Amino acid sequence: MKRFIGFVKKEFYHIFRDKRSLFILFGMPIAQILLFGFAITNEINNVDIAILDHSKDVTTQEIIHKISASNYFSIHQFLEKESDIESVFKKGKVKAVLNFEKDFSKNLIKENHSTIQVITDATDPNTANTISNYVNAILQSYLKEQNKNSKTPYQIIPQTHMVYNPELKSVYMFVPGVMTIILMLVSAMMTSISITREKELGTMEILLVSPLKPFQVIIGKVFPYIFLSIINAVIIIVLSIFIFKMPVQGSLFLLGVESVIFIITSLALGILISTISATQQTAMMISLMGLMLPVILLSGFIFPVSSMPVPLQVISNIIPAKWFIIIVKGIMLKGVGLQFIWKETLILLGMTVFFIGLSIKKYKIRLE
Amino acid sequence: MMQENNVIQVKELTKKFGDFTAVDAITFDVKKGEIFGFLGANGAGKTTAMKMLIGISNPTSGEANVAGFNVFTNAEDVKKNIGYMSQKFALYDDLSVKENITFFGGIYGLSRKKIKEKSNALIKELGLEKIANHLVGSLPLGWKQKIAFSVALLHEPKIVFLDEPTGGVDPITRRQFWEMIYKASHEGTTIFVTTHYMDEAEYCDRVSIMVNGKIEALDTPKKLKEQFNAKSMNDVFLKLARG
Repeated sequence: MKRFIGFVKKEFYHIFRDKRSLFILFGMPIAQILLFGFAITNEINNVDIAILDHSKDVTTQEIIHKISASNYFSIHQFLEKESDIESVFKKGKVKAVLNFEKDFSKNLIKENHSTIQVITDATDPNTANTISNYVNAILQSYLKEQNKNSKTPYQIIPQTHMVYNPELKSVYMFVPGVMTIILMLVSAMMTSISITREKELGTMEILLVSPLKPFQVIIGKVFPYIFLSIINAVIIIVLSIFIFKMPVQGSLFLLGVESVIFIITSLALGILISTISATQQTAMMISLMGLMLPVILLSGFIFPVSSMPVPLQVISNIIPAKWFIIIVKGIMLKGVGLQFIWKETLILLGMTVFFIGLSIKKYKIRLE
Repeated sequence: MMQENNVIQVKELTKKFGDFTAVDAITFDVKKGEIFGFLGANGAGKTTAMKMLIGISNPTSGEANVAGFNVFTNAEDVKKNIGYMSQKFALYDDLSVKENITFFGGIYGLSRKKIKEKSNALIKELGLEKIANHLVGSLPLGWKQKIAFSVALLHEPKIVFLDEPTGGVDPITRRQFWEMIYKASHEGTTIFVTTHYMDEAEYCDRVSIMVNGKIEALDTPKKLKEQFNAKSMNDVFLKLARG
C-alpha cells in the first residue's frame, strides 16, 4: 500500500508539472462545454432576412408580420425585384429571402394553394437548413390558425411536416456528448500517453525490473486518472446545470455510478492502446483517430444514429461512447432509472472486461 | 549444485524469436563481488541475455539462477535482490533528484526513514546538495548517469546489472563512473556490466564475449589477451568477431 501511495504521488507530480496535460485535463472540458453550449449551436436568433413580396396583399402582410414578430428573424430589407436577391446576398448580411408569388392571397383562396420561395444563403448549410425549417414552421402555424375557420384547408407550398418545438435547445443534446468525449479523452488518451511515455523514456523497464508486479504498475498509473476524470465529470455536470440550466431528471447518484463505469471502460481502452503503441505520438494518434472521431461521428453525439446508413449503424454498436450517451441522455433528460438502462450498462461492463482481458494478453506477449 | 560463491549461474540459456536464435545455449557463472564484463557487438544478443537474467524476458529453454533464485520460477525474489540501470539512465526528468530517490526507494519497499537516510547520504556523497531539489531533466548527462547508478544501488542489491552504462558520456565522466563501480564492488556488490567500449573491458575482473548469440570467450582480460595473442581487448574482440 505504501508503495502504491508513493507511485500515485509520483504520477500526480507528472501531471501537475506538465502544463500541457494540465490544460488538457481541466482547460479543455470547460472550454468545450462552453463552446458547445454557447457558440456551436443549432439555434438561430434574429437572423436578418429580406422579403420580396410580389402580391402585397393581406395574407402576405400577415405572414410577414408573424415572421418579424418571432425572435428568430428580423426583417432587414424589402426588395422590389428578383434581381435584387443576388445583390442582397452578396452583401452578406441577409441570410434568407422570402419570395412571395404574385396573387398569393387569390391563389390561396381560389386554388387552395400558393407558393412561397425560401431562398437561403447556403454558405453555412447548417444555418440555412435551420432557417428554412423555422420559416416552414411559422408558415404552418399561420395556416393552422387560418384553417380553423375554413372548410377547405389552404396550402402554402413548400409544405413541411416538421413539428415545431419552440423549446428545442441544442445544449441539451451537446452536454451528454461533450461529457462523453471528455471522459474518453482524459481517461483513454491521457493514460495511454502516460504509459507509453514510461516506455519511451525507458523507465517502464526499470519499473518492471523492480519488485512491483506489472498490474501494480498499471493500476498505479491509471488511478490518478480515475480520480481526475471523476472531478471532470463533476465539473461538466455542475456547469451544465448552473450555466445552461440543464435538467437532471433522474438520480445524480446513478449518473455518477454510470460515469465511473464509463471512465473505467475508457481507462481499459487506454491501457489497450498503450500495449499496442511504442511511442507517445502513436498513442496520441490512435486515441485521436481511433476514439475521438468515432465518438464524434458515430456515437450519436452530433448525428443521430437512426439516420445513418445501416452499415454505420451496425458499426456504431461497438463504440462504447454510444451506449454511454444513451445512458446519460436517459438519466439527465428522461429521468429514467436503472431498469431502463441496465442493458446499456451491461454492454459497457462487458466491453470493459473485454478490453482488460485483451490488454493482459497483449501485455504478456510483449513480455515474452 | 549451487556454489556459495556463484551469484549468477547460467546453463544452456536460450532465447528464440521465431526462427531466429538470439541467445544460443550460453553457460557461465559470475562470482560474488566480481565485476563481470558482458561484451559483444550490437545485436550479438547481450541485451536479450541480460533481460532474461533480470526477469523481464522469459527464456525459451535453459536454466538461470540469480542471487540464489531461479529466474524462471522465482522472478519476484530475483527482482528484490538485483539493481538495474538501463542505457537510457532512466530517471524521471520532471521529478527532482530527491523525489526520484524517494520514488525508487519506495517501490523497493524501503521505509521512509531509511529512504531519508539513504538519500541524504547519497546527496552528500555525490556532492549534490545544491541541486537536490532541481528537476533531473535540467542536469547534464553525466550527473544523471551517476544518480541512476546510485538509485540502482539504493536497496543494497546483491547484484547490479548495468546495460551499457557509459554510452554517450565523455571520457572523464566515464572514468569517474568506473570509480563508482569499483567502490560498489569493494563493498561486496557484484557488478554485471555490458559494454562495447573495449577499454572498459580491461577494468573488469572477468570478461565474456558474445558473438552471434554464443559466448565465444570467457576469462580475465589478461588471459584472454594471452590466449588470442593480442595487445589489447580491442584486438581480442576484433579477432573473435572476424572469426
